[in-house]
Amino acid sequence: MADLSSNFVGIRSPNPFWLASAPPTDKAYNVNRAFEAGWGGVVWKTLGMDPPVVNVSSRYGAVKLNGQRIAGLNNIELITDRPLALNLEEIMEVKRLWPDRAMIVSLMVPCDEASWKYILPMVEDTGADAVELNFGCPHGMSERGMGSAVGQVPEYVEMVARWVKQHSKLPCIVKLTPNITDVRTSARAAFRGGADAVSLINTINSITTVDLDLMAPTPTVDGKGTHGGYCGPAVRPIALNMVAEIARDQQTYRKPISGIGGIGTWRDAAEFMALGCGTVQVCTAAMHYGFRIVDDMIDGLNNWMDSKGYARLDDFVGMAVPNVTDWQFLNMAYDIKARIDQDKCVKCGLCHIACEDTAHQAITKEKDGIRFFEVIDEECVGCNLCMHVCPIDNCITMERVDEGGYRNWTTHPNNPMSTPA
Amino acid sequence: MTRLTHGDIQAGRLSAVELAGNFADVAPPLDRQQALLAAQRCFYCYDAPCTVACPTGIDIPSFIKRISTDNLKGAATDILSANILGGSCARVCPTEILCEGSCVRNKDDEKPVQIGALQRYATDWIYRDGVQLFTRAASTGQRVAVVGAGPAGLSCAHALARQGVDVVIFEAQAKSGGLNEYGIAAYKVPEFAQAEVSWLLSIGGISVEHGRELGRNLALADLQAQFDAVFLGLGLGSVNALGVPGEHLEGVRNAVDFIAELRQSSDLSRLPVGRRVVVIGGGNTAIDAAIQSRRLGAEEVTLVYRRGAQSMGATVLEQAFARDEGVRLLHWARPVEIQGVDGAVSAIEFAYTVPGPDGRPVDTGERVTLPADSLLKAIGQTFDPISGPALKGGRIAVDTQFRTSIPKVWAGGDCVGGKTDLTVQSVEDGKRAAASIHLLLSRN
Repeated sequence: MADLSSNFVGIRSPNPFWLASAPPTDKAYNVNRAFEAGWGGVVWKTLGMDPPVVNVSSRYGAVKLNGQRIAGLNNIELITDRPLALNLEEIMEVKRLWPDRAMIVSLMVPCDEASWKYILPMVEDTGADAVELNFGCPHGMSERGMGSAVGQVPEYVEMVARWVKQHSKLPCIVKLTPNITDVRTSARAAFRGGADAVSLINTINSITTVDLDLMAPTPTVDGKGTHGGYCGPAVRPIALNMVAEIARDQQTYRKPISGIGGIGTWRDAAEFMALGCGTVQVCTAAMHYGFRIVDDMIDGLNNWMDSKGYARLDDFVGMAVPNVTDWQFLNMAYDIKARIDQDKCVKCGLCHIACEDTAHQAITKEKDGIRFFEVIDEECVGCNLCMHVCPIDNCITMERVDEGGYRNWTTHPNNPMSTPA
Repeated sequence: MTRLTHGDIQAGRLSAVELAGNFADVAPPLDRQQALLAAQRCFYCYDAPCTVACPTGIDIPSFIKRISTDNLKGAATDILSANILGGSCARVCPTEILCEGSCVRNKDDEKPVQIGALQRYATDWIYRDGVQLFTRAASTGQRVAVVGAGPAGLSCAHALARQGVDVVIFEAQAKSGGLNEYGIAAYKVPEFAQAEVSWLLSIGGISVEHGRELGRNLALADLQAQFDAVFLGLGLGSVNALGVPGEHLEGVRNAVDFIAELRQSSDLSRLPVGRRVVVIGGGNTAIDAAIQSRRLGAEEVTLVYRRGAQSMGATVLEQAFARDEGVRLLHWARPVEIQGVDGAVSAIEFAYTVPGPDGRPVDTGERVTLPADSLLKAIGQTFDPISGPALKGGRIAVDTQFRTSIPKVWAGGDCVGGKTDLTVQSVEDGKRAAASIHLLLSRN
C-alpha cells in the first residue's frame, strides 16, 4: 500500500485529491458529503465582499463528443452568492468536523489592500488551512475588475500576493488564468509576490455552442448568452502544457503547483503529478458523476504506485519534467515506422484514407486486387496518424527502425542559426 | 376451444390483445438517442464493405455519418437515391448476409453496426411527413408501360418518372407493393407497404391500373404498340407442388396464399389456423408461414426440410428466430404421403434422408409420421411463362442492361432471377433497367 498522504506547502491532506473551488464546494452540505466520500481536501467556493453577487438561471453549457455527454463544460456562474458570514461559519464548522482534511478558502475581493486586509483575518479565524486567490474567473467578475482581470496583469498578481502574505500567516496559493499569452509570466509574478504555490488552470474563455434556432450562444439566458469558462476533459491537454511550462521554467523551477483542468481519473491525476503537481483539483468529473469518483482515484493511484514501486507521492511527482524539452532538442536520428497487425486488422480502411488524403500516401489499400492495408516503409515518416485513427487497440503500432545516435536542429545544416557541433 | 382429432383449423385461438401484440412491429424503431449511439459505432470505413455488399450500393457510412449530425434529409437522400424502396428494405432485407454481415465490426464476437435499423430511422420520417426528396423533370412526352407493381416495377417506374417519362403501371392485384404487400410476414412491415407506395408515387407522372394481368386482360403486343418501352416486373406466379399423394386434401395449401390472406386480413381473430401445422420448405416463406402460424395460436408448428440447416434458404438468424418462436425444425426428411380423414389432412408421412455421394438427399428407409391439421407448402415458386420473350432457366432471359430478346422490352426482379430473390435485388434490377430505358429514350 503506497502512502498517498500529502503535505503541500504545509497543507496536509490524506490524499492529493482536492475538490476545486466551484459549485461542489459552495456549502457545508456538499463539502461534508465530499469528505464522507473520501476527498482529501476542498477549495471552498470563492468568497467575496458582501453584499453577495447574484447568479442567473441557465448557467452551464456542455460539449458532447461521440456519446461522451460532457467532453467539455462551460459555466457562467459567479462566485458564491451566499452571505460572507454564513460561509465563514460553515467553513469553521466543517473544518472542526474534518480536522484531517485540507480546507482551503478561495477569495476574490476588489483589487485594493483594504479589502484583502479586511477579509483575511476572518478566514484565518475559521481554522482554514490556506487561501487560494481567484485570479482566474473569466466571466462576470472580470467585468468588475476582479478574477481574470487581475490574473491577466502580472503586476497586479504580484501586488495582491504580497498583500495577502503581509496580512495573513496562511499559506497562499495563487490560481492562474489560462486566458493569457504566456502563463509563465503570471506564475513568476505570483512567486515574486511571495505566494507559496500556484494552482492552474482556471477556466478558458469559451462559447460552448451556438443555438442555430435562437441564433444565440449557449447557455442562453432569455435569448442572450455570454462567454463562460471552459473546463472538463477537453481542456486537460492545455492545462498539462501550462503546468509543464511553469514546472520547467528556470525562475519557477520545482515550485509547488496544484494541478487543475479536466482531471477525472487517477491516471489524469498521475499525469499532472508527473509534471510537477503536488496535489490536483477536480470539479467537472465530480459534477458529472458525483463525489464517489474519488474512490477509484484513490484506489487506482494506489495500485499504480504499488506496481511501479513508488512508496509515496514525492517518489514520482515531477518525474516527467526533465523530459519536457524544446522542439530544437528532439532527436532527429530517431526513426519509427507504422506496423499493421494483419491478424487484428478489420479492414476499415481508415488508416489508408487518412494517409492517402492527408499525409504521406504510405498505406496501400489492396494487394493482388484484394482489400489489404500495408505500410510502404519508404513513404512512412512515422507521424503516428494511422495509429491514432485505427479503431482497433494495438492493431497499428510504431516500430523503431533507426540505428541509434543523436542529432538535433541546433546543429542541423538546414538551420541558418546552427552552431557547428 | 375443443381440440379436434383431425381438420382442426379454427379462428380465434388467441385473444385480440394477444394477436395485436404478436403482429406488432417485430423490430421497433430506434429513437434519436438510440440511433445516435448506434451511429457512433460506425467506423466510417473507406470504400466500405457494407456498401459493396448492398445490391443497390447504398453509401452506408455516408448516411450513418449524416444521422450522427442530425442531417436526416441528407441521410434519407443517400439511401433513397440508391434504393427507392429503402424503407421496406430496412425492414425486410436479410442484413445479416448483406451489409451487416460485411460490417468490419463483426470481428471477435462484436456485433455489427445496426445498419437496417439506422436505415429505417433515417427514412421513417419521410413517409410520416410526406416529404418529397426528388423532383420530376419536365415531361418528355415519352411513355413507358411497367407490368407489375412490385419492388422491381416500382423502382423502374420511379426512376423513369424522375426523368420526365410518363409511366403506366399495370398490376394484377388490387394493391401495389408486390411481396411487400402480399408476401412478407406481417410483423416485419406493419402498416408500411402502402405508405411507402403512396410516397413513391407522389413524385407524379406514374399512374397505376389495378386488375390488369398479362395474358388475361393485357397483351404484351398492345403495350409494345402503345408505349415507347415496356418493363416486365412480373414476379413468380406459381408455387411448386410436392408431387405426393394427398395434395388435394382439405387443409393443404400454399404458404404464399396463407401469408397473403393473413396480410390482407382486417381481423386476425377471424383468420383460421391449424392446431398442428406442418410447413414444408427451407426458405424465408417457410419461416414466415411457420412463425405466423404460431403467432396466430397454432399449438404445434413443425418446419420440415429435406436437407440440413446450412442448405436452407432462410438465414441462420431467421432459423434462430423461428426456434425462439417455438417452431420445431426437422431437417433431413422429405414428404412421401399426405394422409387424410374425411377428405381433410390428418398426418404427413416423411422419409428420413441423408446426404448422398453428390450431396443430394437420399432416403434412409426410415419413416416418420407427423399428425397435422394444416400443411403449408413452401418449396419454392416458379415463373409462369408468358409468350414472347426468350426464357433461360425457366425465367425471362435478359442481358446486362435487363433487355429481353424482344426490342424495347425490358424485364427485372424475380421473373428474371439472378444472384438472389431478394426485394433489394429487384429494386436494383428495376433501377438499372430504367437507366437503360432512359438511355434509349434520350437517343430518340
